[in-house]
Amino acid sequence: MIKVKDLTKRYARTIAVDQISFEVEKGQIVGFLGPNGAGKTTTMRMLTCFLPPTSGSATVAGFDVLEQPLEVKKRIGYLPETPPLYPEMETADYLTFVGRIKGLSGSELNKRVDFVCERCAVADVKKRILGKLSKGYRQRVGLAQAIIHNPDVLILDEPTAGLDPKQINETRDLIKSLAGDHTIVLSTHILPEVEQTCQQVIIINRGKLVATDSVQNLQSRAGGAESVLVEVAGRNGNLDWSVVQKRLEQLRGVSRVHYKTSHANRNIFEVESQKGFVRGDLARAVVEAGWDLNELRPAAMSLEEIFLQLTGSEASVGPREVVAKGAD
Amino acid sequence: MRNVWIICRKELGSYFVSPIAYLLLTMFAVIFGFFFWNALGYFVLMGMESQMRGQMFPMNLNEEVIRPLLSNVSVVGLFFIPMITMRLFAEEKRTGTIELLATSPIRDLEIILGKWCAAMILYACLLLFTALNFAFLFRYGNPDWKPLAIGYLGLLLQAGGLLAIGTFISTLTKNQIIAGAATFGVCLLLWVLEWVSGYETATWARVLSYMSVITHFESFAKGVLDVKDAIFYLTVIFVGLFFTSRSMESLRWRS
Ligand SMILES: Nc1ncnc2c1ncn2[C@@H]1O[C@H](COP(=O)(O)OP(=O)(O)OP(=O)(O)O)[C@@H](O)[C@H]1O
Ligand SMILES: [Mg+2]
Repeated sequence: MIKVKDLTKRYARTIAVDQISFEVEKGQIVGFLGPNGAGKTTTMRMLTCFLPPTSGSATVAGFDVLEQPLEVKKRIGYLPETPPLYPEMETADYLTFVGRIKGLSGSELNKRVDFVCERCAVADVKKRILGKLSKGYRQRVGLAQAIIHNPDVLILDEPTAGLDPKQINETRDLIKSLAGDHTIVLSTHILPEVEQTCQQVIIINRGKLVATDSVQNLQSRAGGAESVLVEVAGRNGNLDWSVVQKRLEQLRGVSRVHYKTSHANRNIFEVESQKGFVRGDLARAVVEAGWDLNELRPAAMSLEEIFLQLTGSEASVGPREVVAKGAD
Repeated sequence: MRNVWIICRKELGSYFVSPIAYLLLTMFAVIFGFFFWNALGYFVLMGMESQMRGQMFPMNLNEEVIRPLLSNVSVVGLFFIPMITMRLFAEEKRTGTIELLATSPIRDLEIILGKWCAAMILYACLLLFTALNFAFLFRYGNPDWKPLAIGYLGLLLQAGGLLAIGTFISTLTKNQIIAGAATFGVCLLLWVLEWVSGYETATWARVLSYMSVITHFESFAKGVLDVKDAIFYLTVIFVGLFFTSRSMESLRWRS
C-alpha cells in the first residue's frame, strides 16, 4: 500500500530524513518510532504530499507522491502534529468543511460527520467553537477530521498526544478497529503504544532507518537474555547492599547484578541472567542468607530496551521519560 | 469550481464570524458617508452661488458629485485592502491549517481563487454601502446610471488587482501584521507612483505613472470604459494570482 524508497529530505542545514526505505502492506498498522527530531513528522509530510522529497520516491496506493499528488491525497487521511483546526469554527461546521474539501457531499456528508463525531467521542462538543476546546478534544476532532472521508490510508502524527488515559485506550481501540480496511501509519515515542497497537515497527533515529520488523520479531530478537527485579530487605531494617549484590552475583547463570534504588527503604536489584535461569535458586539464596525477599518479578525485555539498544546513544534519554509517563 | 466555492464560503464565514468584516463595513460606511455629505454640501453651495449670480450653466450630478466620490472610494479602498487580505494565508500558516488544505484533494489554484473571491465579495459588500448613498441621489435627482455602473466596475477591477497582490504577500509570512503592513506599503506606492507625472515627462516617469493603479481609474471615474485600462487591471489580477500560486509551490520546497 505504501512503498518508500531511498526517501531523503534535506533542509537548508540539516538532513531530516536520510535515505529511508520501507513498505507497508494493506490493512497493517505500522508504528513509526523515534526520539524527538528523528524525522517522523518530516517523513509523514512527504507521504501526504505536503513536502516534496529531496530525492527518492514514495508511492501510496500505487500513486507517486510527486507525480499524482491529487490521487494520493484522495486516499489519505492525515492528522498532523498539531491538529489543523480553524479556531473560529464550530466542530460540526469544521468537520463538514473538511468533508467537503475531501470530496463528500449531500446526505453522505452528514452521515459521515455524525459517524466520526460518534467514533471519536466529540458528539458532545459539536456546537462548540474549536478555539475553546481543550487540548484532548482538539486532538479528537483532529482524528475525526482525518477519517471523515473513510480513506484507504491513515497517517497519524502522534495521535494520542494530549489525551487522558481512558481516551488513549479508546483511541488505540479505534485505531485497531480501523485496521483491516485501512492501512495505518502512526508515529509515537510511546513504546507500549506500539506494542499494543501495531503489527510492524519502523524505528528511525536522526533521519536514518534503524530497524523495521514485526513487533514479535523485535521482541524475540532481544530474547537471548532475561532479567528479573528483586526486592530484598534486611531483618533489622538495615542492609548492606553491596553484600547482597556480591551474593547474587555468585549464583549460577547470573551474568550481572545491578543495584537500582533504595528509596523508601526498598532495595531493588536488577538481575540479568541467561535463559533458563531458575528463579527458585535466587529466592532460596536470599532467604538462606537471612534476608527477606519482598518481591521477585520478571523485568520484561520490552521494546523500550530494544529501542534503546538500537538507537544507542544518550540521545534516547528523552523518549525514555515519556515512556515512563505513557505506560499505564 | 465546486472547490473554489467551498473555500470561498469558508473564508467568508471567518470574515463574518469575527468582528473584522463588521469593523471594516462600519469604518468604510462612516468614512464614505462623510465624503458623500461633504460632496453634496459643496454641490448645493455651488448651485446656490451660481443661481445668485444669475448664471444658469447646467450643473451635473455625475460630473460634480459622483466622479470625485468614486475617485475618493478608489483611494480609501487602498487603505482597506490590506486589512482584507492580510490573514488569508498568513493565518493558515500560523495555525497549521495550511497542512490540511495542502493535503486535501484540491488544487492550489482552487484554494487561491477561493480566497481571492472571498476577499472580492467582502470588498463588494463595502461598495454596497456606497451604493446606498448613491441611491439617495437617484431619489432626489436624476444622474446618469451608466457612468456610475462603469465607475463601480472600475472599482472592482482595481480592488481585484490589489487584493491579488495582497493575497500574494500574505503567502510570504506567518505574521498577519507583517503581511498587512507590506500590502499597505505596496498599495500606497502604487498610488503615489502617479505623482511623478506631475513634474517629469521622461519615459521612466511615464512608465512609473503607468504602473500606478490610480491613473487607470480616471477613465472609469469619468464613466468611460477604456479597454486598455481594464486590461491593465486584469493583468494585475492575473500576475498577482500567478505569483501567489508560485509562492505556494515554493513554500513547500523551502519549508
Ligand atoms: N522547516 C524546517 N526547517 C529546517 N529544519 C527542519 C524543519 N522541520 C524540521 N526540521 C528538522 O528536521 C529534523 C526532523 O524533524 P521532525 O519534525 O521530522 O522530527 P520528529 O521525529 O517529528 O520529532 P518529534 O518527535 O519532536 O515530533 C529535526 O532535526 C528538525 O530540526
Ligand atoms: Mg514530530
